[in-house]
Amino acid sequence: MTSLFTEISPEPEHGVATRRVTITVNGERKAAEIEPRLLLAHLLRQGLGLTGTHTGCDTTNCGACTVLFDGVPLKSCTMLAVQADGHEVTTIEGLATASELSPVQEGFKQEHGLQCGFCTPGMMMTATALLAENPDPTEDEVRWALSGNLCRCTGYQNIVKAVLWAAAKQRGEAVETDDGSVP
Amino acid sequence: MTAVDEIKIGGMGANRRRVEDDRFIRGRGNYVDDIVLPGMLHMEILRSPLAHARITSIDASKAWEIPGVRLVLTGEMMASRNLAWMPTLSYDTQAVLATDKVRFQGQEVAAVVADDPYIAKDACEAIVVEYEPLPPIVNPTQALAEGAPVIRDDKENQHDNVTFDWEVGDRDGTDRAFAEADVVSKISMHYPRSHPSPIECCGSIADFDRSTSKLTVYMTSQAPHIIRAAVALVAELPEHMIRIVSPDLGGGFGNKVPVYPGYVISILASILLEQPVKWIEDKTGNLISTGFGRDVYLEGELALRQDGRILGVRMHTVSDHGAFFSDAQPSKFKIGLMHSAFACYDIPAAHLTARGVYTNKAPGGVAYRCSFRVTEAMYFQERMVQAAADDLGMDQAEFRRVNLVRDDDFPHRTPFGFLTDSGQYGKCLDIGLAAIDYEGFLKAKEEAKAKGRLLGIGISTMTEPLGAGNSREYDILGIKMFDSAELRVHMTGKAILRTGAKTQGQGHETTWAQIVAHELGIPAEDITVEEGDTDTAPFGMGTYASRSTPVAGAAVAMVSRKIKAKARKLAAHLLEVSEEDVEWELGRFYVRSAPDQGVTIQECAMAAYSNMPDGMEPGLENNAYYDPPNLTWPFACYIVTVEVDPGTGVWDVLDVVAVDDCGVRINPMIVEGQIMGGLTEAYAMASMQFITFDAEGNCIGSNYMDYLLPTAWETPGFQLHEVVTPCPHHPIGAKGIGECATVGGPAAFVNAVMDALKGTGVRNIDMPLLPDRVYGAIQTGQDVSGAPPVKTGS
Repeated sequence: MTSLFTEISPEPEHGVATRRVTITVNGERKAAEIEPRLLLAHLLRQGLGLTGTHTGCDTTNCGACTVLFDGVPLKSCTMLAVQADGHEVTTIEGLATASELSPVQEGFKQEHGLQCGFCTPGMMMTATALLAENPDPTEDEVRWALSGNLCRCTGYQNIVKAVLWAAAKQRGEAVETDDGSVP
Repeated sequence: MTAVDEIKIGGMGANRRRVEDDRFIRGRGNYVDDIVLPGMLHMEILRSPLAHARITSIDASKAWEIPGVRLVLTGEMMASRNLAWMPTLSYDTQAVLATDKVRFQGQEVAAVVADDPYIAKDACEAIVVEYEPLPPIVNPTQALAEGAPVIRDDKENQHDNVTFDWEVGDRDGTDRAFAEADVVSKISMHYPRSHPSPIECCGSIADFDRSTSKLTVYMTSQAPHIIRAAVALVAELPEHMIRIVSPDLGGGFGNKVPVYPGYVISILASILLEQPVKWIEDKTGNLISTGFGRDVYLEGELALRQDGRILGVRMHTVSDHGAFFSDAQPSKFKIGLMHSAFACYDIPAAHLTARGVYTNKAPGGVAYRCSFRVTEAMYFQERMVQAAADDLGMDQAEFRRVNLVRDDDFPHRTPFGFLTDSGQYGKCLDIGLAAIDYEGFLKAKEEAKAKGRLLGIGISTMTEPLGAGNSREYDILGIKMFDSAELRVHMTGKAILRTGAKTQGQGHETTWAQIVAHELGIPAEDITVEEGDTDTAPFGMGTYASRSTPVAGAAVAMVSRKIKAKARKLAAHLLEVSEEDVEWELGRFYVRSAPDQGVTIQECAMAAYSNMPDGMEPGLENNAYYDPPNLTWPFACYIVTVEVDPGTGVWDVLDVVAVDDCGVRINPMIVEGQIMGGLTEAYAMASMQFITFDAEGNCIGSNYMDYLLPTAWETPGFQLHEVVTPCPHHPIGAKGIGECATVGGPAAFVNAVMDALKGTGVRNIDMPLLPDRVYGAIQTGQDVSGAPPVKTGS
């Protein structure tokens, strides 16, 4: 496992003390020797190759790096990876199964809730956490929940619709799925 | 058999869900920072903390000592390879790494390449640079003052800080119009600096392969072919040995058009080290050093007749370009398309003078979600129009109606000489006014006023020139602004399409296939769309200035028609009739006299590889280079209502109505997405996007804690309406749309707040309309116009 992280922390050359961490990522236990200063976002991206978690602003503002940390949305660009030792992290790669998208993922496609796609993983992680806590949110509740995630493309209106679509689907209600493309 | 159903095959007009979403929603996008190459090293840039200073020494010895550091580059080392300076896309030059002095805070001074980005950052901090400070110049007034230090003393024959002086229009005719005017309405304002700020910052991975001498660069570029040309010129590498790949882009908005020093440095580093070198900018680096937009001061005047007709327009602009004139600009037009102002109004005379200046700020003037300064043009226009209506005491909607070009006046020569071709301006205005309940709101406003509440309504109507170019008038560095598409139809009727554009969220992978489906009847899902790799895509000028659909989209239609022409010959061969006897319906050729005898486009494709007539070249592929006859001119009417709290200066948006006429809509869902995104940026600029410079030239707003972008919570909801006036010269009748709302939107928000303040004596507050500015203006009854946003001291 250590070799995975040589790119980030070639500790032999440095002489920097490393720490061993064990983190459950998308249901799988991962162990690594890492520099204490390594950020969680970088461990996920470079160390584990989970590049769906994006880094946008480096200051916990844009939310592109949002993951679920023990089920709670957390911006991984300002958390040290060592702080995640012993915890559970879910990334965008953990939302879908091999064959099935989560309702939030479906909703974003259905309602055109993304354009460039860069903020999308973080948005969907936050939305997933919201719907786990509040299966029937109002538009205002969705807007408030997403207010830690920035999007420069969509103007949010379709993101809000996407989350409400996902909520309805998750509650088992009928949702519009006609996608206008080839049946 | 009959024609296929166009909507069912995902053709034009279908709200086809986006194919690119399938990877994005799974976290499987492929952005530059996601790419990992074997042996890849990491680069970090050391930036200047000062805005204007002479470099007296650079000591990098401590950086070299850090384990894992592979290379430290300084300006001197770049200069020894003739790479310390590079040409910009506006016929200026820009320092790659500073040699003599630094000219803005954040300018690139040195670079470190190391085994990992953490080490590279450490090493940057170990570089000791000594500076001798020079007086910083942070606005045009200082730049043009007598005895001001010359910022660009690197340039021969540059003895002041003037970048250009430019003039367009009819000076004498405009003077006559003003002499005849009943009323002259004057207004001054500043369109402040704004940063496009896509969430993804800029970056590159340069990979020079010594064994093949080939350079591959993965980079965040909206215009990969222009970059290839620039690299060929700057690095003196043969163009066929350069491959630029623009993978998924996390937004662009004009920020990813210019050539940035980081790209060039990473290329040199890879050539020197013979290993891939990745450079990923951090947010502060992006915000303080890459393409700012706007920063233009206006003195505007309208000559008015008492009955409301505009007789003439005079504009004088002074634009702050920062230290390097590095935005992409057609060579003919120094202040971009500023002279597209007032294109939707019937005005006999107009004159514009424009001056550009250098300052000790980051390079500015990039077209932030607009076509070469069109955003400033339309903002100035619509603010001048509202002020003029107020000066005449005329209703602002009526004033517009009196002056808008009428439907039967097309083609219409605009006040500065462009030719517009189509539109239903009055209809758009009517739909907008009805949607917002204009009369009802005016009544509500009066009632509210009686209770001390300030309501306001703002209108913005505009047509803008989108889709540069035609090649007669538009170029970047002399390269004409056309675009291209290449279509290969495989034998089973599936196809791959490549274009010279580059999507950054606009959904080309979805919509280009819809155009092919419309032209050929091949289901959109059977068509792969690829862009951004200069080794495979045909030459094109990239995506910005809302030019994709007007130019590359047209090329997609034209190449489809070439394919169809050949398919018709194949159909005639298969049907054993002459070509003249073959008719087309979507997806199928048939015999005119026997409509039930036909062949599908897929059968024609198979025949192209297996059963072509004697003498016919096999295969079914072609390309098209499209040089548009003119720009496209979409029209928009945006109406915003607000309530201003006089006690705090806080204003809330009540309603936003958008009526857009962008001609034929390929995918209405995507068009609406573009409009809503644009409206949000308009609201952002009007309300909170505040990034400026203090008296020392320090960038204020260099991260997202200080540079506020609206979230889902602040952003208002939008009500959208459409009018369709097809573009007469575009093959599928489409016009540009991506930028309309960003261009036309800001004035609607500001006009609404100014309307609410009517009667207080305040005529203008420069954006962003921060509560303290609004409150201060209400308290003093004074405009907040043209002043540098941060006090610069005495």
